[in-house]
Amino acid sequence: MVGKNCFAIASDRRLGVNLQTVATDFQRIYKIHDKLYIGLSGLATDAQTLYQRLIFRHKLYQLREERDMKPPTFASLVSAILYEKRFGPYFCQPVIAGLDDDDVPFICTMDCLGAKELAKDFVVSGTASESLYGVCESMYKPNMEPEELFETISQALLSSVDRDCLSGWGGHVLLVTPTEVQEKTLKGRMD
Amino acid sequence: MECVFGLVGDGFALVAADTSAVHSILVHKSNEDKVMLLDSHKLLGASGEAGDRAQFTEYIQKNVHLYEFRNGIPLTTAAVANFTRGELAVALRKNPYFVNILLAGYDKDVGPSLYYIDYIATLHKVDKGAFGYGSYFALSMMDRHYHSRMSLEEAINLVDKCIMEIRSRLVVAPPNFVIKIVDKDGAREYAWRESIKDAEVSAA
Repeated sequence: MVGKNCFAIASDRRLGVNLQTVATDFQRIYKIHDKLYIGLSGLATDAQTLYQRLIFRHKLYQLREERDMKPPTFASLVSAILYEKRFGPYFCQPVIAGLDDDDVPFICTMDCLGAKELAKDFVVSGTASESLYGVCESMYKPNMEPEELFETISQALLSSVDRDCLSGWGGHVLLVTPTEVQEKTLKGRMD
Repeated sequence: MECVFGLVGDGFALVAADTSAVHSILVHKSNEDKVMLLDSHKLLGASGEAGDRAQFTEYIQKNVHLYEFRNGIPLTTAAVANFTRGELAVALRKNPYFVNILLAGYDKDVGPSLYYIDYIATLHKVDKGAFGYGSYFALSMMDRHYHSRMSLEEAINLVDKCIMEIRSRLVVAPPNFVIKIVDKDGAREYAWRESIKDAEVSAA
């Protein structure tokens, strides 16, 4: 979700295999650099493989260009990497969030084949995406301050994962402003 | 049905696995060791397709040894876990291995650790994990009785409770289990829990 000169990215913490919950502390949001985060929902193995490939590409970029990748560039990179596997895809739906030039928040999501979806307010992915769309649409206001943004995204996450049996077991929220990053763990219904 | 489970205690990690080698309705043997000692301080408990299990775990073991010979120092548990995941991930889209793995190890700086690696190369560091139909019972028992920093006695008690539960509630329950442990003194076999003993083969 986008706020006033800041953004927040949140995920649930469940690692499951169909109906069985294997772990309740799974990290789904990964840091690319200080002002760029990617959340990967979907098949855990593909999320881990994709993350390793993206970190590799970003490190190479840093060595060549001597700077961090901008969020829109990174989004195009992810899209290209996903489309490379058009006929044998990575089963992940990424959510990319970052601070662009002049600390303007940038968010986007894409499907497992790399179809980018830019938005100005919020983006969602995962098994609870339909719930998330509904809740975010009703709770979102433009230009929220960081504290209010944190509150809104936390409530949105917790209410929608409560309606999905495959999501939940707590939440992880990262609130990124130009000066700092706050990482918080949410306690939700553990079922 | 095959079953592997493990947990992390106070300064040790343990892995228990059933010991039956089954082919359709026939039990070939009931003392098949499915928990492999990778090196002095690592255990690899594996379950899944028999041929893949034997081949893949040996492959990992030999590669771990090779690293130690080449570089003079052993790999850390996290490094072995990531290597194993890498091998499974690369094979996944070509010729997948159907092996589920619980990797337990002890490192001097980190202490005991347990890694859950399933057959599609999902890697996660856990305190307790289980695979197979027995996991439905083992995980529930561990959810109820496990707490962090359990003593060896408490942990073995819990493992025995899980084994009892699997034996009494799973329709094709494996009769025998092996329990192996890894701590600062190394990886070793702790005990067998047998309810059916193979007949001794007399010398020809």
